[in-house]
Amino acid sequence: MSLRVEALSVSMPGGPVLSGVSLALNRGEIVGLTGSSGAGKSVIADAIAGALPAGAVLSGRITIDGAAAGHGSIALAPQLLGALDPLARVGTQIDRFARLAGRRVDLHSALADVGLPQGAARKFPHELSGGMARRVLLATALATGAEWIVADEPTVGLDDEAAGRIMSLLAELAASGRGVIVISHDLIRLAEIASHILIMHDGQPVETAPASAFMATEQRLHHAFSRALWQAQPGTRFTC
Amino acid sequence: MTGWLVPLLAGRLVRLAWLLPVAAVGLFALISLAPIDPVQAYVGGRTSQIGPEQRAAIAAVWGLDLPAPERFASWLGQLLRGDLGQSISYNAPVAQVIAARLPASLALIGTAFVASFVLGALLGLVAGATRGQWPDRLIRTVAVVLAASPGFWVAILLVSVFAVGLGWLPSCCAMPPGRLASEVTLAERWHHMVLPVVTLSVVGIAPLVLHTRQSLIAFLDSPAAGHLAAHGASPLRLAFGPGLRHAVGVALTLHLAGAGELFGGSVLAEAVFAWPGLGQATVRAATGADEPLLMGIGLATLIFVFAGNLLADIAARLADPRLRGQA
Repeated sequence: MSLRVEALSVSMPGGPVLSGVSLALNRGEIVGLTGSSGAGKSVIADAIAGALPAGAVLSGRITIDGAAAGHGSIALAPQLLGALDPLARVGTQIDRFARLAGRRVDLHSALADVGLPQGAARKFPHELSGGMARRVLLATALATGAEWIVADEPTVGLDDEAAGRIMSLLAELAASGRGVIVISHDLIRLAEIASHILIMHDGQPVETAPASAFMATEQRLHHAFSRALWQAQPGTRFTC
Repeated sequence: MTGWLVPLLAGRLVRLAWLLPVAAVGLFALISLAPIDPVQAYVGGRTSQIGPEQRAAIAAVWGLDLPAPERFASWLGQLLRGDLGQSISYNAPVAQVIAARLPASLALIGTAFVASFVLGALLGLVAGATRGQWPDRLIRTVAVVLAASPGFWVAILLVSVFAVGLGWLPSCCAMPPGRLASEVTLAERWHHMVLPVVTLSVVGIAPLVLHTRQSLIAFLDSPAAGHLAAHGASPLRLAFGPGLRHAVGVALTLHLAGAGELFGGSVLAEAVFAWPGLGQATVRAATGADEPLLMGIGLATLIFVFAGNLLADIAARLADPRLRGQA
């Protein structure tokens, strides 16, 4: 099974914000998405997950195994922690997303799947740490039962340890057979778990490179912007 | 879960302990300064039959010949012994006058409170969920018209249409005049309650509609609602599901905090519909400068409004867990 995005473009009332984006991933695979701030990464996430705001115009094709992606087949774990309802307990929120997909959720396993303690179900969002809140956002996406998950900046604002745990969790989700798109500025961690990474700049795709290209000792990134982005990561240098 | 409730109640009790004496002094001062002669109000049309000596005797019996501070000290002494004093206008103990009229007022205010809350919140939810569409525009127009309509005008309009014009509803009293209370059925009591309750509800419904609508729209525009909508939640499902707590919690807090306005509105509604409640007694006590009764009703009102505000604080904390740590 594969998810394909072909020639995706998005225009907002103020003008075009994204053009010519294509990517493909299989079940069990992670594709990374990175780029400069304002490059349109979150717009891609929203477009793929059907979460674009009213007034946005989308063109291009999003297919799963050749057929147009149906509603509910792709779930989004959004970037903003404000996407959690501040007045509802964690357990209630996870349950809401399951019900929207016409499912019943086993809260015990839903929390365990994202590495949260059982006591988290009765907590309100303001009682959670940043890392726990990110896990809850992932749990809401997983509760829909979607096979394809888009995680938008799942490590932003987290310390190294918490960010590492979230990335490991995403790798486990892919290992369990889901296809995962991860958007992150953390290129080093992205390169560790993704098979391919799409690099965006100013609303346009720059290049799609295998993750190994970033880790290679020789220079295998074709575009100067990709190389600059990699070299801007702390502790990274090409050897040539 | 309710670890915040005990400190909240304790804090509010302390506040009530200093508020009551301050309010009592202020209220007594205002009544003393009122340009109404209680003896003249009592004598009324019998002026020619009652001479100056008799007037002085009446004033002496009621203690009106004493200076205001002495009268206040005397009233306070009685109060500390559990006696609210003797009503001049009803010639009965104040506690008895209040106890006899409080149930009728509470029935009117309570029914209007529930009716306006249910209707106001429901209309606000529908308006918010259909933002920009015709149901929203219609509900907003009605709410704005009601907000701009004085309560007495609404009352007179309702009486002229439903009581005088159509003859469907009675315009007076809590039961049919000339009948014993034991002979009146529950249905007849409800029938008499319709117009006063509608008058009182209509006056308070507009802010509820508009606040509920605005709170719901704030939620619908939030990232949390966007996250749910991206996974298939429709505006109506959001409004009557997760949005309920956001919109109705705020509405209930405002409604409870506005209980004083409802009490004020009941004075008017009771006067227009000859409803035998505290509102009517307040008007009679005020026009007769009935010091003890006004003090009794004033303090009862203060406790009523204070309780409304306390319940509003509790409702706000129940609806929004982030507030529970606040004093």
